[in-house]
Amino acid sequence: MGDVIAMMFNTAVFAAALRMATPLIFAALGGIFSERSGVVNIALEGMMLTGAFTAMFVTYHTGMPWVGVLGAMLAGGLIGLIHAIFCVRYRANQVVTGTAINIFAGGLTVFLLRFFFGTAGTSPSVTTIPDITLPVLSSIPWIDRILGRQNPLVYLALVAVVVVHIVIYKTPWGLRLRAVGEHPRAADTVGVNVFKMRYISVVISGALAGLGGTYLSIAHLSRFSEGMTAGRGFIALAAVIFGKWTPLGALGACLFFGYADALQMRLQDIGIPTQFMNMLPYVLTMVALAGFIGRAVGPKASGEPYIKG
Amino acid sequence: MRTKIKALPWQELLLPLAAVVLALLIGSVFILYVGENPLTAYGILFKESLGSVRNIATTLQRATPLMFTGMAVAFAFRAGLFNIGAEGQLYIGAFAAAWVGFTFANLPRIIHLPLAIVAGMAGGALWASIAGVLKAKLGVHEVINTIMLNFIALFLTDWLVTGPFHGGSWVPETARISASAALSRIYPPTRLTTAVYLAVVAAAAVYLILWKTKRGYELRAVGLNPSAAEYGGINVARNTIIAMAISGALAGLAGTEQILGLHNRFILRFSSDLGFMGVAVALLGKNHPVGVILAAILFGALQAGSAAMDRLTAVPRELITIIQALIIFFVAAEYLIRRMLRLKEDA
Amino acid sequence: MGKVLEMRAITKQFPRVLANDKVDFDLNHGEIHALVGENGSGKSTLMSILYGLYQKDGGEIIVRGQPVQITEPRQAIDLKIGMVFQHFMLIEPLTVAENIVLGSEIRKGPFLDHKRMVSEVERLSEEYGLKIDPNAKVADLSVGLQQRVEILKALYRGADILILDEPTAVLTPQEVEDLFEVLNTLKSKGTSIVFITHKIKEVLAVSDRVSVLRRGKKIGTKSTAETNEQELAEMMVGRVVLLRVEKGPAKPGREVLRLDGVTVKDQFGHVKVNNVSLTVRSGEVLGIAGVEGNGQSELVEAIAGLTKVAGGSIHLSNQDITGWSPLRVRRAGFGLVPEDRHRRGLVLDYSVADNLILGLHGSKPFVHNGLRSEKKIAEHAEELIRDYDIRPPVASQPARALSGGNQQKIVVAREFTQNPDLLICSQPTRGVDVGAIEFIHQQVIAQRDQGAAVLLVSAELDEVLSLSDRVAVMYNGEIVNVMPIEEVTEHKLGFLMLGGRPEEYDANEVSGSADQD
Repeated sequence: MGDVIAMMFNTAVFAAALRMATPLIFAALGGIFSERSGVVNIALEGMMLTGAFTAMFVTYHTGMPWVGVLGAMLAGGLIGLIHAIFCVRYRANQVVTGTAINIFAGGLTVFLLRFFFGTAGTSPSVTTIPDITLPVLSSIPWIDRILGRQNPLVYLALVAVVVVHIVIYKTPWGLRLRAVGEHPRAADTVGVNVFKMRYISVVISGALAGLGGTYLSIAHLSRFSEGMTAGRGFIALAAVIFGKWTPLGALGACLFFGYADALQMRLQDIGIPTQFMNMLPYVLTMVALAGFIGRAVGPKASGEPYIKG
Repeated sequence: MRTKIKALPWQELLLPLAAVVLALLIGSVFILYVGENPLTAYGILFKESLGSVRNIATTLQRATPLMFTGMAVAFAFRAGLFNIGAEGQLYIGAFAAAWVGFTFANLPRIIHLPLAIVAGMAGGALWASIAGVLKAKLGVHEVINTIMLNFIALFLTDWLVTGPFHGGSWVPETARISASAALSRIYPPTRLTTAVYLAVVAAAAVYLILWKTKRGYELRAVGLNPSAAEYGGINVARNTIIAMAISGALAGLAGTEQILGLHNRFILRFSSDLGFMGVAVALLGKNHPVGVILAAILFGALQAGSAAMDRLTAVPRELITIIQALIIFFVAAEYLIRRMLRLKEDA
Repeated sequence: MGKVLEMRAITKQFPRVLANDKVDFDLNHGEIHALVGENGSGKSTLMSILYGLYQKDGGEIIVRGQPVQITEPRQAIDLKIGMVFQHFMLIEPLTVAENIVLGSEIRKGPFLDHKRMVSEVERLSEEYGLKIDPNAKVADLSVGLQQRVEILKALYRGADILILDEPTAVLTPQEVEDLFEVLNTLKSKGTSIVFITHKIKEVLAVSDRVSVLRRGKKIGTKSTAETNEQELAEMMVGRVVLLRVEKGPAKPGREVLRLDGVTVKDQFGHVKVNNVSLTVRSGEVLGIAGVEGNGQSELVEAIAGLTKVAGGSIHLSNQDITGWSPLRVRRAGFGLVPEDRHRRGLVLDYSVADNLILGLHGSKPFVHNGLRSEKKIAEHAEELIRDYDIRPPVASQPARALSGGNQQKIVVAREFTQNPDLLICSQPTRGVDVGAIEFIHQQVIAQRDQGAAVLLVSAELDEVLSLSDRVAVMYNGEIVNVMPIEEVTEHKLGFLMLGGRPEEYDANEVSGSADQD
């Protein structure tokens, strides 16, 4: 039993949890932007996948992973733009469009993988973003083993949470964002451009999800492989709900899910099948939605196209 | 704005057709991009899917699971529910059918096969009912729950097939089902089975239930206006659960068909998005059983022809996935298509 | 003082109706101009055009002498036009201050200046006497206070032309008083106000001028001082409506409905119906008068089994039906014309025939062994379409395609032909044309004469007075008085509906009549 406790509080597990959480955090922040603006985004998975591919692809051709990051954000943003055009302008069902994007991204990435590299499964290896040591954090005992040396994207994810929190709660734009997802007509009557807000938010959503995908292909690993997001976009969506559509809440959920992920290999040794740990985020989200642990209620107008007049 | 002209029935058909044409047009951009001629590629696609009886049989074989998942999604839609969880229901149904298939090896065929089918339906129904009950009793929207249940089903069957029910070979699959539970092939050497008849029967049943029974009246009323349904003495909660259960049973049949007709054992993650494609099929088929059958055949044809296209041209077979996704986009954006057609009329 | 606003020959065509037909409207500086008309007469449309929510198809708008094009609310706001909507445009999870500044935020660098937001709201609320806590969450405020936030929103944007769309519809009588006070304060500070309503008494109480719309057309503009209730009513309705329905005396029989201490709570646990007891006998019409929102809807839904009862019991024909499902109540001999036919009464996408069996769809002869009997359903539809003159007489058309009056006839036909022991008619003629109103009224009396116990709930006093044999007044969830129709005067009803106690009324009558002379 003592072993289990020691394992659960192992700094290596915490550090791994943070790494596992990083792509989730980016995508979840993206999900928050989109959902807060009133557009349901079940396409995070497809946006991440596109980001992961593009990051690899651009890095492969330029040799510069940070250019790959940029490319991934652009590609994710582009997918976001498509989602927005269909949902905002053409009033398509947002869940349907999201499903289409996920299928589209799954098909497109393999299409391109096969066309450019002639292989279906995995891309060639590319340069990755190397881990860095943070001078201050690495000098604090215990903390240093978790946060002292990590990938820059890990730190960036934590910074992004704070930035998004400030944007949503402390800026005029954030106030408008919270308004358009809740009662778009009210926002419209005071001159807030609902369509513009939604376009921008969904594009940001895609860019952030793309950034999350980047971590998978050029930081965590050094290649793209078919379907490599493996449902992480949906875990991020679960984190958005579990975190009650707030950046800090989503961060907590992502860290927890990442922790469960990091723990699963070790728990398998004591007889708990990994699949049960894999299920955890989804089960917990259902429990949260059912109201057993403080009901999760999303933005009221989320999912509904806005029609003027 | 002038008074809208009454929508003619042919417009019902025109919209999905326009979506398909548009998707194929954009698909041809991809074909050009890889340096091939769209006409050649689509020609092969057409020939290989519909050019001979054998190819048609293959197309139908590929279409069969989509008929079931499409029907599953369409049925739920009619009752106002978005069942995006056909994928998970399919896995649970498939596993249940497989379990009956390999466990009761000594049953006579006349009992064994129907039992396996019923088990598959029950598995799917049960899984979908979880979301149905949560919606009916606690008001939780079914979309998120069915998505979550997809993954839970996936990991659950992952565990079952690698753990307790692992068949013993080096691949993650269960033992084979006994021949008494397998569906018969009807056009060898293609793998088309009697499941396609079952799909037609299911379509007829869906039609009858929805439009010719009291239950269907209630289900559709709940879908169109739950408040009025409640006022009319219709139990909204019960009908929500029933709708999800029937929808899940149909999705379960898709999984059942894959096991009893195609794989003859449960293979880890055998479904290639059949459940999600069901959304596309339902939308393209206007949530009507006949439309669903036709839409499933179209998707089946694309899939059946894709291997040859892949082999004979430089176009990767994933083009088909892209085209299917594009079709969903354009069907979903009915508003866009309507405007495009209107423009044409005005010009 | 000159005109701050002129609207000339405004025309707006909606797909099915001509909502505004060359309407002229103007507003003087510092006046309250009432815009009245029945539901659907085009008042809200006209003002929505002014606020940039709808685009006009013809006519011109002149604000402070300048012709303007208003295609966006933003432009209206820039022209210092503010609008308070009937359905508040408030974002519930946000605070009062956040709601007020939304769209015109006070900034400090790139951030919201929360401190100045709050102080600015405090300053405004001080100046106009609109007390409010800037940091309160809007969701936690009463309806009256939420309206205040709406008014402050407009004032914050510097509005000196203020449009209020049916502002009193949701208010308690006390809140209405407060609102009128606020309007007068605003007027004295130079704000010009358009006050949309369909309540003539309010027009007379607060406005300087009044314009009447009827079916999209402007009927006329009067100085309030030079008009009266009768004249305005005629302008609104167009012809003198038969107030008294032809009916003989009631022959009350056995007790059909009995409520004992019925209490209903809403989802937040607030008491909506408080300890209500009453009975309705066969062969009589009991009318429930009251300002809308005083628990009538909840009471009706409770009897119908559509809402849980928190306390007390309901008996229908000597059976305890408390807690029964809507279907069971229905089968025990109950019919209901619901207050909102679009929400409750009809499945708009169903055909007329299918709508005519809603609630009966599970009973013989329409269903046999779970299968629909199309022939019986069609026969039933044909019969009712004929008997109730539903137009157009096409059973296969979706109900959505019919006019409001004909849609209501579907509901009435369906509920009345079952000859229920208890018939509840809730706002039975709302949004219905005059011809259909008379028809429906006659049918109600016919049901009574056939022995039904009829419970009528209506916000229209005329309707209650002309149909009822006994009248109950509902206020704040309670039945304050039940009286035979002979003892009812409009004056007394008005007094009770606004929260007066019957004892006080009788006392007032004695001293009041002395005062008047």
